[in-house]
Amino acid sequence: MTKIADSVRNAVAGIPDGAQIMIGGFGGSGAPIELIHALIDRYRTTGSPANVTVINNNAGNGSTGIAAMIKAGMVQKMICSFPRSSNAEAFNSKYLAGEIALELVPQGTLAERIRAAGAGIPAFYTPTSFGTDLAKGKHTEDFDGKMYVRERWLKADFALLKAHKGDHSGNLTYRLAGRNFNPLMAMAADHTIAQVADLCASGSINPEHVITPGIFIDTVVEVQNPKQEEELVREGAIY
Amino acid sequence: MADFNVMEDKLPNAKIAWRAAQDLADGSYVNLGIGFPEMIAKFQPEGREVTYHTENGVLGFGKAPDVGKEDWDLINAGKRAITLNAGASFFHHADSFAMVRGGHLDLAVLGAYQVGQNGDLANWSVGSKGVPAVGGAMDLVHGAKNVAVITDHVTKKGEPKLLETCTLPLTGIGCVTRIYTSLAVIDIQDGQFVLREKLPQISMDQLQSVTGAALHMDGTVDDLIVPETLS
Repeated sequence: MTKIADSVRNAVAGIPDGAQIMIGGFGGSGAPIELIHALIDRYRTTGSPANVTVINNNAGNGSTGIAAMIKAGMVQKMICSFPRSSNAEAFNSKYLAGEIALELVPQGTLAERIRAAGAGIPAFYTPTSFGTDLAKGKHTEDFDGKMYVRERWLKADFALLKAHKGDHSGNLTYRLAGRNFNPLMAMAADHTIAQVADLCASGSINPEHVITPGIFIDTVVEVQNPKQEEELVREGAIY
Repeated sequence: MADFNVMEDKLPNAKIAWRAAQDLADGSYVNLGIGFPEMIAKFQPEGREVTYHTENGVLGFGKAPDVGKEDWDLINAGKRAITLNAGASFFHHADSFAMVRGGHLDLAVLGAYQVGQNGDLANWSVGSKGVPAVGGAMDLVHGAKNVAVITDHVTKKGEPKLLETCTLPLTGIGCVTRIYTSLAVIDIQDGQFVLREKLPQISMDQLQSVTGAALHMDGTVDDLIVPETLS
């Protein structure tokens, strides 16, 4: 059975209305722009997938990628740590108009909740947010004289990832700081879809260099010379 | 001394950053918060090796690249382009925050809206309406062996930022260990502000008058002296 999809369009074809979708990247680094845009294309053509929840560190920048998803009206909720980026007008205007929901999660807690889901750990304790507004209503406990907040795992139906090399077994490597949330999200979603700049035969990535093992990856699609969100924002691109 | 005007004569940000940089320890692992704290790296004393951590999964990054040489896959948590120093490494976000919470960083430096005398920090929300954003601030205040704040001593209106109790939403409780301000260097010990250094031109009374909680002394208070021109 092959994990390879022949197009980004086909790679995202199975994502339904209301899906909870993890999207890799931190700002523009490691953001799977072509997969996101394929999802927007489908929504514009068919009206689906609508009312999705997106999990990402940010809430989009400029008018491409996640910002374009939000502008298109297909996102009902963001789960993120830092929606207030320099050019986050798409999210900001919908949020202030009450048209999009927000679950704000500290960045390290967001990462660990995703990792925990992938590792089969339903909850964990962290010192982060203890005594703050973001810990309100959460269970706290003393461990060795210090207080900690209980946080739940965070799962998703789908994950959209950007990797550098990918082989037919689904093994992935990442480029520079483009790794960030991608390997964690690869573990935490029921169906993971990775766009790779270089699709290669199994065995051509040295096993010592594999960052995400193929067991975590369901679909791989090649996007040569992928777009970089930061460059798109600087060009003023609109999708 | 009577002529010291807090709003006009306090240190500018670059000089506060210079003073904080003098305490960077040789061989230390350090996270500098987005914005003002990032300026500290510019004044790292010669001969000291410091490895900088950034939340998005890079250890050992260096200066910004020249304009036009940016690779936007290589950024820091402030989403600025960076370069790598020899010995740098990449890792995913869960490992990055394991370094933070797990006590592996020697120092984290953050900005502040307010600091309480018990070490409480408020630096993520002014509590008004608008879009909230927290990023990594609530994680960074936990785990580093030292959590320092660099900040103006007073608000733009001249009101104290160092208080008995913070009034803005908290980032973390009892987490700050040292504060570098535009007037002084202050440690937090046993729920008190302990004055270590102050600008020689300001009197104790005047410094106390722009500080929202009692300044305590434990031994000598040194002069806070910053070179006139910074290189």
